[in-house]
Parts: sequence; C-alpha cells; structure tokens
Amino acid sequence: MNEADLQALWLTLRLAALVTGLLIGIGTPLAWWLARSRARLVPLVEALTALPLVLPPTVIGFYLLIAFAPSATIGGLWVRLTGHSLSFSFTGLVIASLFYSLPFAVQPLQSAFSLLGRAPMEAAASLGARPLDAFATVALPLCLRGYLAAGVLTFAHTLGEFGVVLMVGGNIPGETRVISVALYEEVERLDYASAHRLSALLLVMSFLILLALYFLNARAGRHGRA
Amino acid sequence: MAGLDLSFRLDRGTFRLEIDRTLPAEGLTAIFGPSGAGKSSLLRAVAGFERTGGRIAFQDEIWEDGRRFLAPHLRRVGYVFQEPRLFAHLDVAGNLAYAARRAGMEGESAGMVRRFGLGPLLGRRTGQLSGGEAQRVALVRALLGRPRLLLMDEPLSALDAARRAEILPLIEELRDEGRLPILFVSHAIAEVARLAERVLGLAGGRVTGFGTVAEIFSDREAGAAFGDEEAVSLIEARHEAVEADGLSRLTFAGGTILVPALPVAAGRRVRLLIRARDVMIATGRPEGLSALNILSARVRSLTDLGTAACDVRLDCGGALLLARITRRSARALGLAPGVACHAILKSVALAHD
Repeated sequence: MNEADLQALWLTLRLAALVTGLLIGIGTPLAWWLARSRARLVPLVEALTALPLVLPPTVIGFYLLIAFAPSATIGGLWVRLTGHSLSFSFTGLVIASLFYSLPFAVQPLQSAFSLLGRAPMEAAASLGARPLDAFATVALPLCLRGYLAAGVLTFAHTLGEFGVVLMVGGNIPGETRVISVALYEEVERLDYASAHRLSALLLVMSFLILLALYFLNARAGRHGRA
Repeated sequence: MAGLDLSFRLDRGTFRLEIDRTLPAEGLTAIFGPSGAGKSSLLRAVAGFERTGGRIAFQDEIWEDGRRFLAPHLRRVGYVFQEPRLFAHLDVAGNLAYAARRAGMEGESAGMVRRFGLGPLLGRRTGQLSGGEAQRVALVRALLGRPRLLLMDEPLSALDAARRAEILPLIEELRDEGRLPILFVSHAIAEVARLAERVLGLAGGRVTGFGTVAEIFSDREAGAAFGDEEAVSLIEARHEAVEADGLSRLTFAGGTILVPALPVAAGRRVRLLIRARDVMIATGRPEGLSALNILSARVRSLTDLGTAACDVRLDCGGALLLARITRRSARALGLAPGVACHAILKSVALAHD
C-alpha cells in the first residue's frame, strides 16, 4: 500500500472514531428522550432523526455544502469564529458525518432504552440514586449491548461514507480524502491494483467489525441482559 | 402535620384515583382492595413515580404540592415491588451494596445479611435466585437504603404458599419493631388480617374506608373493598394456655374462646378470623349445644342485605363481631340495637395460616 492510501486510511479511521464518540454523546440524551417522552413532538423528531436512512447522501451533502459556504449564515459564522472555512475541511466532514450517521447511533440506543423500561431506574431512585448516578450505574450497564451496536454501526457507516464527503469535502489529501474517495479516484485512473487493495481492506475491516459485534452480542446474550 | 398527608387526584385515561386522607406514619397500614382499585397508583404517587399535581406530605416535609415536586431519590422511600427488580448486572452482594453505599449503611450491611439469612446467596447472580430468595434480597436492599417509609406493592403475590410463609414472618418482625412505617398493598384478605394494624380500603379509585383492621373487617361499608369476599370479623386475642384436653384457651375483652391447640407460645397475641355466617345468635343462654364458644354480646346495628339476609353487628366486650342471619330470624328474635344476646361461634380460624 502506498503512502497516499495509508494517509487516506488514517484519516478515515480518525473521522470514524471521532464521529462515533461524538454521536454516542449526542445520541444518548436524544435517544433517552425519544424512548421516554410522551411529548407530541416525539414522532417529528423521530422522523427527522431517521431521515438520513432514506435520503440520498448527495442530497444531505448538497444542503450542507450550501450551509457551509462562507457566504451562508452558518459557514460565515464559522469563518468569523475560527478563521477557517467549513467547506472542504476535516471539521466540515465531521459535522456532515454527524448528520449522516445520526440514526445509526440513535436507533439502537433508543430501542435499548425502550427495552430497559422504567422499572430499573425507579428501583435505583427508590434507593437514593440521583438520576445521572442511576443512569451511569444501572441504565448504562444494562444497555451495554445497545451501546455496542450503536458504536459499531456508526463507526462502520462513517467508514464507508462517500456521497456526502464528495459534496462537502472534495478530495484533499490529509484533510478530506477518505478511503472511499481514494478508491473512486483510483478506479477513475484505471489503477485497478490499488483499487483492489483498498477494496479488500474495507471489506475485511467491515466484516471483522460486524463479526466482533455479533460475537460480543452472543456472549452478552448468554450472560442475561448485559 | 404528622403522618402521611395524601390529597390528590390521579387521572390515567379512563381510570381515576381520588384520595384526601392522612395516614399515620407508624405501624403497618394495608392498602386493600380488588385489582384495578388504584392501590399501586397510590404507592407510585407516594414514591414520586407519578406526578399528581395534588398534595403529598410526609411528617413535616412536603413531597408534592401543586407544581412543587420532590424527586423520588430525595424522598428516602423504600419500595419493594411486585417483581423483585434486582439489578441484573450485579450479583446479590452488589445489589445490597448499591443501596448501602448511597445511604451510608455499609456498616449495617453484614448484620442485615446475617439477620435475613442472605449469607449463602451473596455471590449469586440475580438470575440464579428463586422467587422467594429474590424477594428477600429486594426487601433487604430496600431496608439498606435507610428508608423513612417502606412501600410494599403486593410483594408476595408472585410467590407460592411456601415461599410466602418464608417472607411473612420477616414483614411481621419489621412491623413489631415499630421503627419503620410501612404501607402494604394487598388484595389477599389473609395477608391483611395477619399483617395490618390499620387498613385503607380502596375500590374503583375511591377510599371505601379507613380504620383499625378489626373495624374495617366488620364494617360492611368500609369492607366494600373486599368485593365479593364474604364478611368476616377479626378478633385479637391472647393465647393463655393449652388445656389438658388439647384445646388452646384464648382470652379477649369479650370472653374466652377455645380452639384446637395453637402452635404459639402462651402469652402471644393472635388474630382470629370469624366468618359472619359462622356466627349464630341466641337471645337466651343456649343449653345442650355442641358449640364450644358462646359469647355474651349486645346488638349494635343491623344491615339488610338483599331481601332475605341481614348482617348483625355485635358488641362483644368492645370487640366487633359480625353475624349473617336471615331477616326472618332477626324478626323472630326481636333483634334491635341494644338487645342483649349470645353469639355462638361455629368455627374460628387463625389469621396466621
């Protein structure tokens, strides 16, 4: 594998890890609210959250591209605050991926929280545990499988992102040139040998990640709810 | 205000619970009624799991008043649920430590484990416990939370008779210690007769009566919570001795009662359940009768039931005794409030089994 491919791989892994971490953080309160709230707003937020599942990535990319432009409100504000442009930057890519991968974090967490029900949290509260304490010591360990699924799916999904990256990030080595974009470029150059190497790498990595997920899931299943 | 002050309305779809009552913050109070009466909703509101928008105060602390609401974890209310609700990711020791750590009870933990015989279970995962064991762990876990009020929501209903017999004495012990006020939800007459000091009757979301267990058991209206179950009286008596002929002699304010030898020590207080239709009434002292237990009584009141039957409330030295007879007999005997008579008990059951 050449240096450009390694750079693309490293960039992709950094992007996927960062997005996964952020989305677990953002997804937890959102999924908790969706699973618990009786508010009338819930279906609306659920639909918005699920949108990236059905929307073509290029459509998300297109709207984000417009929002990120230095002449737009959000893009302009970012330039004034940081001095850098959001479009065609790693940060822009991270933000775009947060939208794109959101349902892959929220949905497994939401179903884990629904399955958990109110009973364990009520028991914890009756034993004097503050809500955050109860969440960390009861809900979190009991929903570990949900977190595992959310983390793995988000990571793997961000790993394979293409349409959104191409729209908002372009193809800047070390900044926005992720594996899938590098692969596309190699095919366009008719460099099939390099394309084979990258494709095989992505295939094996994705398979290993899913294998690990299902393996851990099966083990957790044998230990009851964990 | 001492006690547990409850004044709220809880609407849940077609169901409504309405209460305006102060319960004593001492002893064991049973909340009794058929399923769907609102018993669990009442406990959940007290624990803070449901907002009522009404008023709930415990001793001098306001737990809910309109928009004021004290979060459940600040109420220090122990809750033993119908199902044990042990934390599945912790073993038994972990479940107990969870409560003890948050209540500063780590020091008391070992003593409680010994007292409730949980030692052999400490290392078990919660899935490996029998129903009775799990409920015992749940009870001790609740106690290690150092509650000021213990709520028990039909903690025995999921257990068979043998397992129930394991847990009941533990609850009795807590009651007799008298340190912790207990609200105990049940729809089983036997449990209430055995455990309760006071009873709050609930039916269809409304309070049907509140009083000592003896009052409620013999009060037809308050006893509406018993639903179709027949009227019974409850008499608290002292076990004096086992006689030479194998009968236990019990005394209470209204006289002496003989029953087959009891497996309890002399001097112990026991509760007797007497079904209203097992009580006959005679105006003269009956002679030549095989019944052993004949008590002097005075008619307090009569309540007609349907066209043929009536319930007669009798005063036996201050204790209430209910007799179900026909209206024809009542007329023939000339029964009216104040009339002296004799109550003949055909059968007496111990509330303890």
